[in-house]
Amino acid sequence: MTEEAIFAGFGGQGILSMGMILAYAGMIEGKEVCWMPSYGPEMRGGTANAITIISDKLISSPIISRFDSVVALNQPSVDKFEHKIKEGGVLIYDASNILKPPTRKDIQIYGVQGSETAIKLKNVRVLNMVILGSFIAARKTVDPKAIYKALESVLPERYHHLLPLNQKAFEEGMALIN
Amino acid sequence: MGELKLMKGNEALAEAMIRVGCDGYFGYPITPQSEVIEYLSREATPRTGMVILQAESEVASINMIYGAAGAGRRVATTSSSPGISLMQEGLSYIAGAELPCLVVNVVRGGPGLGTIQPSQSDYFQATKGGGHGDYHLIVLAPYNVQEMVDFVKLGFELAEKYRNPVMILADGAMGQMMEKVVLFDQQPRKTEFPEWATTGKPKDKPHRVVTSLFIEPEVMEQVNLRLQAKYREIEQKEVMFQTIDTEDADYIFTGFGLGARIAMKAMEIARSKGIKVGLIRPITVYPFPYSIYKEIAPKIKGILDIELNAGQMIEDVRLAVEGKVPVEFFGRMGGMIPDPESVVEHFEKVFLGGK
Repeated sequence: MTEEAIFAGFGGQGILSMGMILAYAGMIEGKEVCWMPSYGPEMRGGTANAITIISDKLISSPIISRFDSVVALNQPSVDKFEHKIKEGGVLIYDASNILKPPTRKDIQIYGVQGSETAIKLKNVRVLNMVILGSFIAARKTVDPKAIYKALESVLPERYHHLLPLNQKAFEEGMALIN
Repeated sequence: MGELKLMKGNEALAEAMIRVGCDGYFGYPITPQSEVIEYLSREATPRTGMVILQAESEVASINMIYGAAGAGRRVATTSSSPGISLMQEGLSYIAGAELPCLVVNVVRGGPGLGTIQPSQSDYFQATKGGGHGDYHLIVLAPYNVQEMVDFVKLGFELAEKYRNPVMILADGAMGQMMEKVVLFDQQPRKTEFPEWATTGKPKDKPHRVVTSLFIEPEVMEQVNLRLQAKYREIEQKEVMFQTIDTEDADYIFTGFGLGARIAMKAMEIARSKGIKVGLIRPITVYPFPYSIYKEIAPKIKGILDIELNAGQMIEDVRLAVEGKVPVEFFGRMGGMIPDPESVVEHFEKVFLGGK
């Protein structure tokens, strides 16, 4: 099993954390993991991305140009990464944020109401967890239990009172796919 | 076995410096390695009493290293390409004065102020001298976050064994990415210092002098001869490299650090197409593993060298194979990353007649 994913969107949407939580979860399950954030001029332009690779075997290149799965939380990310998905791969996007939806026929596309769900939970900042829930429901890269455990590592202790909310957001996100 | 953690390369490097019992770090922030000084200033002093100092420039930090290393202390600095260029005079003095220390270059694209994206364009500077005079650094090229940790320990061991500065030649990706690492246990800081260290003149012993100034040419030549003898010994004993699937290989991909990771991915793609490709990864880029290339050359049809520069290590590969096998190059410059599919395409074009 190897999952070559990229998470992309605006800075502040929790893009880098999504990948990091997935990487932690992979490590908890004993898999090889690699997380490579964008840190260059594109960050200054407002968009961010993190390549996240989870595998049963040693990971070769940390930087890749074709993906099994893409999570896109803004229009520029859909435009940039839609054509970089391998045939049969998956594109998950936040339908509340995208005006021009993806059109490829040879991949699976999920437009999920991420922002709407986060607003329903009264905290727009859990959008990333909603979408990560959808991602795991679609890809089954790791067990949800590993994600909950990973959250404890990624969220600083002073935010641990938000763990139940984040878990709820994740579950809602899974339900958007199932 | 130590702790397993998920860490950023830069932070893993900093953590290793604390654990190896470093006495001091002098540096100046520059992307893509600023997390090193951030991490150290937060973590180091309360844990081990290690001195962390942000100098006024890279010129100052390398000279602080010179001073502290002269006093027998275990010290390190880190920077990225433009900052490392500023340190070259100091590095030449430190090599001339035969002092151990650890310098890390998290390389970014150049020349000049360049870009903050990953690059390998400082290979020549790192391996062939960089500053003035006939000297060498021992240069280790990590290809994952684990080696960012391991080479801090190995680096100090080599530096102290040979009284020679050691460089870890990383790149922006090694610094920024997160991977699993196993950390070694905390080592105590040294309490005893070498007999050459300037720790104060004992009444019954002569002054200890640390210098790179030997004004008499006869003496200076002797110093050089001693240095060269040391470099030959290092070339004999300290070469490190890795090979993967070379036994049945018709072709070899080669690269160091991030270049090797990309080469590994390209190798997977080529193997899936039925092309028998193996990999040679130099771990020490000085001393360079000439012998493995020489040994393998008669058994293969060609070598493709992959670097994030205009082709620098390829000169050493060509020296090694002595013209016995064609050596071709694929690289990107200025912070662009070669993508593995393009590597394979280029390989097919130059070696398989554009199939």
